[in-house]
Amino acid sequence: MVQSVLKKQPDQAAEHREAVLSVRDLTVGFGDNIVLDRLDLEVYRGEILGFVGASGTGKSVLMRTVLRLLPKRSGTIEILGNEYDRLSLRERIALDMRLGVLFQHGALFSALTVRENIQVPMREYLDLPQDLMDEFARLKIELVGLAPEAADKYPAELSGGMIKRAALARALALDPDLVFLDEPTSGLDPIGAAEFDELIAKLRDTLGLTVYMVTHDLDSLFTVCDRIAVLGQKRVLVSGTIEDMLACEEPWVKSYFRGKRGRAVVRA
Amino acid sequence: MTQLQSQSVADVVLDEARTGRRFVFSGDWRHHTAEAMAAKLKRFGKLSGGQNEFDLSSITAMDTAGAWLIRRFMNGIGSEAGGEVRFADGGQRYVELVRALPDGLPLPKRDSRRGSLFQRLFAPIGELTVSIWTDTFAAMFILGSAVRGAQMKLGRHAGVSPAAIVHQIDRMGVMAVPIITLMSFLIGAIIAQQGAFQLRSFGAEIFVVDLVGILQLREIGVLLTAIMIAGRSGSAITAEIGSMKMREEVDALKVMGLSPVGVLVFPRLVALTIVLPLLTIVANFAALTGAAFVAWGYSDITFATFLARLQESIDFSTVAAGMIKAPFMALIIGVVAAVEGLKVGGSAESLGRHVTSSVVKSIFVVILVDGLFAMFYAAIDF
Repeated sequence: MVQSVLKKQPDQAAEHREAVLSVRDLTVGFGDNIVLDRLDLEVYRGEILGFVGASGTGKSVLMRTVLRLLPKRSGTIEILGNEYDRLSLRERIALDMRLGVLFQHGALFSALTVRENIQVPMREYLDLPQDLMDEFARLKIELVGLAPEAADKYPAELSGGMIKRAALARALALDPDLVFLDEPTSGLDPIGAAEFDELIAKLRDTLGLTVYMVTHDLDSLFTVCDRIAVLGQKRVLVSGTIEDMLACEEPWVKSYFRGKRGRAVVRA
Repeated sequence: MTQLQSQSVADVVLDEARTGRRFVFSGDWRHHTAEAMAAKLKRFGKLSGGQNEFDLSSITAMDTAGAWLIRRFMNGIGSEAGGEVRFADGGQRYVELVRALPDGLPLPKRDSRRGSLFQRLFAPIGELTVSIWTDTFAAMFILGSAVRGAQMKLGRHAGVSPAAIVHQIDRMGVMAVPIITLMSFLIGAIIAQQGAFQLRSFGAEIFVVDLVGILQLREIGVLLTAIMIAGRSGSAITAEIGSMKMREEVDALKVMGLSPVGVLVFPRLVALTIVLPLLTIVANFAALTGAAFVAWGYSDITFATFLARLQESIDFSTVAAGMIKAPFMALIIGVVAAVEGLKVGGSAESLGRHVTSSVVKSIFVVILVDGLFAMFYAAIDF
C-alpha cells in the first residue's frame, strides 16, 4: 500500500504527475463568514509547493482543514490517493503516520528534550528498542543540521532557528511522504533562512519528500519552490512556476512579485 | 500496524567468493523492519575490511531508518575497518539515499562526572538549603519593593492603580464568598456536633458554645480561610505571573521602565491583605451560624441561649487574636505565590511545578505562622 518514498526520476515526474494532495470544491467557513469557497488545489509528488496569499485570506485555515484540525463545509480532500472521509479509523491512523507537520512556532513539547520530541511518533507507532530509537533520533538531528549536543536540550534552551530545525526533525521522524511547513523561515535571519531553504531542497532530493510550504519569504519562493499557488478571493487565484507568477497580470500577484521587494529579489 | 509488519519482509544474504564478499539486500527496509534487520546485520559484525559489494537491486522500499542500517553496516566493514565497499548496479535510488547519509553520528559530549555516592546523597540537601535561602531573599525583595520602590516612576500618574486593586478584590474576595461561607458553615456545624457529643457524657453540653466560639474565632476561622485562599487565589496568582513570565510579558514591563512587582504583584498583595480579614469575618459568622443550628437541632440549645452563652464566653481579645493573623496570612500567600510565579521558566511543565509548590509552600508557611502566633499569644497571655 505504501509506495516507495523515493523521488521519481525528474522526467518521469513530469510525464505522469501523481497528485499527492488534491483538494476539490472545498468550502470552509465560520458562521456567516465563508473563508474558502469551492477551492481546488493539487500538490504533485516530489515537488515543493509554495503557498502565498495576503494575511487573513485563509492560508492557515486551508492547511488546518487539510490536516483536519478544522471542519469543512463541503468538498473532498484526497491525501496520497485516499479520501479521508471514507477511511476506517485504522486507515486514518496509518494515513496520519505518512504526514509530517512543522508548525509556525515549532510546537515542540516543552516538557521533553529534542531527542524525546523526535522519538514521540516513533514510540507511539513503532516497536523499536531504545538504542535504535536513540540512533534514529541522532540521525534525524544530523540530517536537519543540528549539533549533536542539541539532542538533550529542552525547547526553551534553543534559539529560533534551532527550534525550527528540531521541529522539522520531529516532522520527519517517521519519514512522511508529505510534509506541511507553516512559514518555516519566518523569524530566521537571511542566512539562516537560506540554509533552511537549502535543507528543505536537500531533504526533498534525498528523501523524496513532497513539501507544502506556506511562506511569505520571496527568497524561498524564488529559490526552492517548484510551483507557487496564490490564495485570494477565497480560492486559488493562480498557480504555476515563478515565471508564470512574474507574467501574471492579477493586481495582487503583480504587486507581490513585481513590487519593490520582488524586483530586488529578481535582480539578485 | 500488525498487518503492515506481517506483510513486509526484508532480508540480507551473504555470498562469499574469492574476489570478495557480496551482500544481497532485499525486501522492505523501513522503520517497522528495522529491529529485525539491525539484529541480522549485527551477526555479520565480525566481518570487516576486504572487498565488499552491496547489491540493493532487489529492495522494494526503503526509508531513512533502513538506509541508515545499511549505511552504518557499510561504515563498519568499510571505511572504519580499512575495507572497500562498492554498490552493484541496480536500485540506484536506494544507493543514492544510502550515500546521502552521514559517515557517522557523533555522540553528544556528555558531562560524565556523576560524583561520588556522598556527593549524590548530600548535593540535593545542599541545593534545598540554598533554595530556601534564595526564596526567603526573593520574598523579602518582593515585600520590600511592594512597600517602597515599585510604585516609583516618571509621568503623570502615581504607580498605584486603584482600578487594578478593586478588580483583584472582586476576583479574590467577592467571588470567594460563597465557597468560604459554605465551607465555614459546615466546619462550624461539624465542630459543634463533635463537641456536643463528647461533652454530653459530662452533662456539659452548653459549653459547646464556648468550644466553637473560641476555636473558630481564634484559630480555625482564619486558618481555613487562608488555606482556601492559598488554594484558590495563590495558585491563580502564580499561574498568571508565571505564564506572563513564559511569554516575556514580564520582560516587556521591565523594558518600559515599569516594575513587574509594582504592576503585577502590588495590586494583588494589597487586594489579598484587604480581602482575607473580610473573608475571615464572613467565615466566622457562617461557622457560628452552622454551630447554632447544630446546637439547636442536636442538643436543644435555643438560639437565644446560644447567643447569651456566646456573649459570656467571647470577649474582644478572642476576636482580635484571630483577626490580627489574617493580614499576615494574606501577605504570606501573596508573596509566596509571586516568588513562585517569577521563578517559572520556559516550559509548561515548569509552570505546573511552580503552581503546585506555590500552594504547598503557602499552606505550610500559613500553618507554621499560625503555630508561632499561638506560642506568642501564650507567652504574652493574650
